[in-house]
Amino acid sequence: MTHAHHHDHDHGSELSEAALRVRALETILTQKGYIDPAALDAIIETYETKIGPRNGARVVAKAWTDPAYKARLMSNATSAIAELGYSGRQGEHMRVVENTSELHNIVVCTLCSCYPWPVLGLPPVWYKSTPYRSRAVMDPRGVLNDFGVELPATTKIRVWDSTAEMRYLVLPMRPEGTETLSEDALADLITRDSMIGTGLPLKKGQAR
Amino acid sequence: MISDLLIALPTIPRDGDGPVFQEPWEAQAFAMVVALHGKGLFTWGEWVETLAQTIQSADDPNDAYYHHWLNALEQIVIAKNVTSPENLHAIEDAWDRAARATPHGQPIELTNDPALIVTKA
Repeated sequence: MTHAHHHDHDHGSELSEAALRVRALETILTQKGYIDPAALDAIIETYETKIGPRNGARVVAKAWTDPAYKARLMSNATSAIAELGYSGRQGEHMRVVENTSELHNIVVCTLCSCYPWPVLGLPPVWYKSTPYRSRAVMDPRGVLNDFGVELPATTKIRVWDSTAEMRYLVLPMRPEGTETLSEDALADLITRDSMIGTGLPLKKGQAR
Repeated sequence: MISDLLIALPTIPRDGDGPVFQEPWEAQAFAMVVALHGKGLFTWGEWVETLAQTIQSADDPNDAYYHHWLNALEQIVIAKNVTSPENLHAIEDAWDRAARATPHGQPIELTNDPALIVTKA
């Protein structure tokens, strides 16, 4: 496992030169009233659904159809994901957590850049919000209900808090009745939220 | 619609649905241009011209698309007298100090800058 970027000995954070320049522009333009950070988020959200989640969906669809790949994914997610060509500065230390009928996984993370965007794209606005982060930890079942997800009372819920060292991808349960679907057709059922744990995959016939 | 404007940018990295980004800052830079245009700071024609000139005059025209985009954004913002190169550099340095002073995994906020140089508009 390699570190593509060095970590300071004091464990401070580091932004790339381009990221620094973008933040400086955003700071000045916001101060002067030219832009509103919330409006920027809205513009980005228009696009983020088609950036990364599609990558993650391919990983999940392959894991559903290829037991050998799934085994590699569960034992070393970082290299198994890289097999499909998805890697990058924020996707270096990945772990895949599998949903079963007994256990449902949810991922949270802070506003920092530690997010597995090579497979999930840019974080949605709600994901970066303090209420989501705190409530997901204290009341995950309530958060799931807000997202319209009702789990059996017997299903345990585990919350994974992403860190600089480890980012998580949820492997959702394969929907029933999809045994005959191709990998491509399966990928169309896998939503971003189902890989964060705040949603479930679409059912057969619901594909977008 | 944004999609109509993007037709004027034939080389923008995109798939069937719209632009694609390699890193989060690219999406931020993209969104800032869209927002500034919406605010009327420049016309889309002015933006296309600035971007085209930036790419043509670049040392390495094959540099990643959004590096050109970022260069052009800085240029047009300075040309419109919104800010100065000096001010931009000062705030970049402040963000750099703030990032280094922020424990990994925590949100990086400008107020984490130990020198706290927050320029007033």
